[in-house]
Amino acid sequence: MATRGFTGRRPTEASARRLPPGQFETDEFPVLSKGPAPRIDLQRWQFQLSRGPKPLASWNWHEFNQLPQTTWQGDIHCVTTWSKFDTVWRGVSIDDLLAAAGIAPPTAFALALSHDDYDTNVSLADLLGGRAMVATHFGSQPLEAAHGGPARLLVPHLYFWKSAKWLKGLKFTERDEAGFWELRGYHMRGDPWRQQRYSDDA
Amino acid sequence: MNGPWHDSVIERIETRTPRIKSFFFRRPWVAAHVAGQHLDVRLSAPDGYTAQRSYSIASAPASDALELIIERLDEGEVSSFFHEVARVGDTIELRGPLGGHFVWQPADGGPLLLVGGGSGVAPLMAMVRAWATHVTDAVAAPRVPLLLVVSARRNDELAFHDELLSLQAAQPDFHFIAVLTREAPTRPGDLARRLDGPAIAELLARWGHAPRHVFACGANGFVESVANGLLDAGVPAARIRTERYGGA
Repeated sequence: MATRGFTGRRPTEASARRLPPGQFETDEFPVLSKGPAPRIDLQRWQFQLSRGPKPLASWNWHEFNQLPQTTWQGDIHCVTTWSKFDTVWRGVSIDDLLAAAGIAPPTAFALALSHDDYDTNVSLADLLGGRAMVATHFGSQPLEAAHGGPARLLVPHLYFWKSAKWLKGLKFTERDEAGFWELRGYHMRGDPWRQQRYSDDA
Repeated sequence: MNGPWHDSVIERIETRTPRIKSFFFRRPWVAAHVAGQHLDVRLSAPDGYTAQRSYSIASAPASDALELIIERLDEGEVSSFFHEVARVGDTIELRGPLGGHFVWQPADGGPLLLVGGGSGVAPLMAMVRAWATHVTDAVAAPRVPLLLVVSARRNDELAFHDELLSLQAAQPDFHFIAVLTREAPTRPGDLARRLDGPAIAELLARWGHAPRHVFACGANGFVESVANGLLDAGVPAARIRTERYGGA
């Protein structure tokens, strides 16, 4: 049913085509996090791949920056309904990360783990095939702490809470295990084009 | 019914500050919310175009009406609808209550430190009101010291000022400090400065408690500076929960 007196501020046709349902475009880059940005010492920074509790591979900051670089440009969508167009990110794709570790994905699911004890689940299908990276640069600049620097996950085809900030590792899991927001009412996958915002969305 | 969306009628509208109004909705579901939770609000145009935004609930969990405070933003598609078009009796679609992190209930205890900027005071008001209901109702409730710090540019931008002053007069465990950035405060003890690390350290020392739970809510820059100030003042990161308002 229509809301009395509401006409709305329509996006341009070009913008509307790129906006998933229920989203609006912003030029800003809003910041959302469950707590303060952790204070991370690059000298001690480590990124680890693990299967459950078992470490599979790890890199320090210097080693991580020697890995092959990938650039991605496109639109990102936050579950709080803002979308930002034509963002440019650089980092290491998950495909390249697994290749550098010399492993095939050991399970079909992973939890992205953050320095602030945040975590979020992502399936390998959503991480591989050039669909995701560990991003260290936004635009041409090193990623700011407020936006998840020094390194964050980038899974731009899913709502942005899946792109965990302050990433410290990927833990492969046997099952699809809910992460921080997924345990608090948010959707297990979070596809913006299907409006998978909350757990009771299809 | 429309999936998870519920029709709800605006029962009352109250002006809180020159830019903030409270909208009281008839609660369209049975469940009480937890203080700090939010609702999604959806507006629909005749051709099916929709706009939705999240607003924190300011009312106490058991209250009959759901109070949302909405700040008018210059480019705000949804906020300007509420300020310029919406009136009592209108039906609005609501979804919720939502969110399970930025929440406090009496069983969580304290000491409790709440820091809000502008309309970021909304979820903190729900916590203050839940706290006040609890200390009044529960005879043997353990004492939970509560310090609420609200930042605004000027005095007339402090929402809920009178309610907070009466609560402070009635409850020795409740302390309310206003922090103004563009005008002199009217009460002794309030601050006229930016809420940075030294200011937070001063307020904590005056309060005399180490907070067990801290909730900070407001605009981006405000929350960023408060979160850093809290860390600088020695509050452990794991005790600090943040929520930021963005978008229009």
